[in-house]
Amino acid sequence: ADSSFKTSEPDQSRRPGLHIQYVLYGMDFFGLFFCSCKAILSLLLTGDGMNAYMAYKVSTQTSLTMFRSKTFTVRRRFSDFLGLFEKLSEKHSQNGYIIPPPPEKSILGMTKVKVGKEDPSSAEFVERRRAALERYLQRVVCHPSLLQDPDVREFLEKEELPRAVSTQALSGAGFLKMLNKATDAVSKMTIKMNEQDVWFDEKIQDVENEEQHLRKLHVMVESLVNHRKELSGNTAVFAKSVAMLGSSEDNTALSRALSQLAEVEDRIEQLHQEQASNDFFTFSELLADYIRLLGAVRGCFDQRMKAWQRWQDAENMLQKKRETEAKLLWANKPDKLQQAKDEIAEWEAKVTQYERDFERISATVRKEVIRFDKEKARDFKRQIIKYLESVLHSQQQMIKYWEAFLPEAKAIA
Amino acid sequence: ILIVDISDALSERDKVKFTVHTKSTLPNFKQNEFSVVRQHEEFIWLHDSFVENEEYAGYIIPPAPPKPDFDASREKLQKLGEGEGSMTKEEFTKMKQELEAEYLAIFKKTVAMHEVFLCRVAAHPVLRKDLNFHVFLEYNQDLSVRGKNKKEKLEDFFKNVVKSADGVLVAGVKDVDDFFEHEKTFLLEYHNRVKDSSAKSDRMIRSHKSTFLFFFIWCEWSKVFLFCSLINRFFLKVSELFEKTRKIEARVAADEDLKLADLLKYYLRESQAAKDLLYRRGRALVDYENANKALDKARAKNKDVLQAETTQQVCCQKFEKISESAKQELIDFKTRRVAAFRKNLVELAELELKHAKGNLQLLQSCLGVLKGDT
Repeated sequence: ADSSFKTSEPDQSRRPGLHIQYVLYGMDFFGLFFCSCKAILSLLLTGDGMNAYMAYKVSTQTSLTMFRSKTFTVRRRFSDFLGLFEKLSEKHSQNGYIIPPPPEKSILGMTKVKVGKEDPSSAEFVERRRAALERYLQRVVCHPSLLQDPDVREFLEKEELPRAVSTQALSGAGFLKMLNKATDAVSKMTIKMNEQDVWFDEKIQDVENEEQHLRKLHVMVESLVNHRKELSGNTAVFAKSVAMLGSSEDNTALSRALSQLAEVEDRIEQLHQEQASNDFFTFSELLADYIRLLGAVRGCFDQRMKAWQRWQDAENMLQKKRETEAKLLWANKPDKLQQAKDEIAEWEAKVTQYERDFERISATVRKEVIRFDKEKARDFKRQIIKYLESVLHSQQQMIKYWEAFLPEAKAIA
Repeated sequence: ILIVDISDALSERDKVKFTVHTKSTLPNFKQNEFSVVRQHEEFIWLHDSFVENEEYAGYIIPPAPPKPDFDASREKLQKLGEGEGSMTKEEFTKMKQELEAEYLAIFKKTVAMHEVFLCRVAAHPVLRKDLNFHVFLEYNQDLSVRGKNKKEKLEDFFKNVVKSADGVLVAGVKDVDDFFEHEKTFLLEYHNRVKDSSAKSDRMIRSHKSTFLFFFIWCEWSKVFLFCSLINRFFLKVSELFEKTRKIEARVAADEDLKLADLLKYYLRESQAAKDLLYRRGRALVDYENANKALDKARAKNKDVLQAETTQQVCCQKFEKISESAKQELIDFKTRRVAAFRKNLVELAELELKHAKGNLQLLQSCLGVLKGDT
């Protein structure tokens, strides 16, 4: 059971951004052991003008002995996170692991922040990115195999990391290309795989369907967020109008009641704003994360296909070598025969190796997908509960406001 | 006694037929209780007959009910019909129900507004005796009040143009009487502010429909997870919750519309009617002052003095009669307005509380179950 399921509510100042810390507690993994490593990100804007960059304080809390201490903090840049992903992809995607993808680089968003624009959309962008990076890191750290990777440990612990130069100049399209290369979207190629295990066929179909649905949902949630922002705007405008009406009303009690009504509507407008922000951070971002993750899942299925292809190619090559040997025997060329026999031995070894690789990656992919499904179910449930709790809080506020207003309305004479 | 209500209404393709039901002990009527069928144009005819009647110049004429407007609703229903193929049967039924409820709400509103007009007339000590009103209530044939033809519409247009030019003139003259001076200043500002608030409340309430969208998001979401055994029971419970809260949200929007938006709309029209009264009084004052000037001139020239005296007398009487009734009317208007606002604001607050508490309870019980489940 998940007793470690908590999200502490951030300290809500009017401008989210530099004060918020979202704490994600470790997720249960296979019920065998708690993810005993927890990473929190907070913001740090360094430098000035166009040379300014956003640094993140990565604070880790862990009970694992492989780290130098129980708590430690380092500074990292966005490109460091991308660099970590690249390294992990290179090393582990061929094992069939689902490598969590980082959030996209956004040159436009970052430029606005650098120029020092103090508007709510850049504060939102900053917070969005911070939260996304935190979730990304937490997923990496909760993957039992990835956590063992020295690059991950280095990322968390090492004071200074060499700049990940290759990710620096990446544009949006370049970034996508890098992601695709790393996960190797082989699905474009039609590899006719002789599927022994129907589980994989069914699963990949499910994944593709789900990705479609989530994309559709994502669009709808964005639309909902905009609607709520519009409602909030209209409520604010209405509140001002009612205040004006109240001031021109010559009956004193009614005048006061109307200005109270204006205040209630003003507070309700704030509730709508918070709700919109809630919709966005709780749902929209969740969906975006899972759309990216499903891409990563497809990636590991592709890796498995590649492994199968390698095995088949090796089988074919072995067959060819055997044919060559047979031909040589028939043509009676003993000097070349030894070479042929050597090559056959070589390819036999490869076939065995690749077959074993294929079985191994199949088992891993299967395990990964099962883990992923569990995590996803948990993630969605948690976010929905969080969402409902905030709606509940909102309703409690509404009740307070209207209860305060009612006696004012009754006092009109 | 005279009690009037609209006991029934029928919506046909492009018109609404109201059944006006009267209960009265007044001797002028043939029966004590009777009903006739009237359409919107006949209400307008009645209203205009009051406005055009010089005798009623000193009263606030109850504002005419707005024309029934189902165009927007009808358009939406049509669009829904066209898009039927692109959504599931469940979605279609739900949307259809929503739109039909909307249509019904608009219908109820137009009935209410026509009824309010008649009730205001019936409650007015002078207007209730009006002959046209009695004909309207009793005559069980069509009043043949054909819509104004082009020539008449043009005449109306010019009348309005002159009136607004005059309005500016009259508004500029400072009134000797403090009461009326205050009322004039007050009404001009108040009317504008109510207009603004009315428009903004409409826009705000229309935005409320965003909750409708969330329901579709939820339907879509549930589809994704229905087959996932780890989570579908969870999602089903949440679906149930959203289904119920959506209904509550729809009620909230409807109640806000009724208690706030409609209130503002009505007082927009009433304050205009009050302004019209002040205008008529202002006109009468100008006429009176002109008659005075004419009388002085006539006396000076010693020509047509008697005629000038008579004219002056008539103008004076007219002005004083209007002033007297206008004062009372404006005081009554204030009382009515304060009472209406009080009633509606109290009811609004009570309904908002009721709905928020309902929502809260649903959320609490659902969360209790969901948290226990995980």
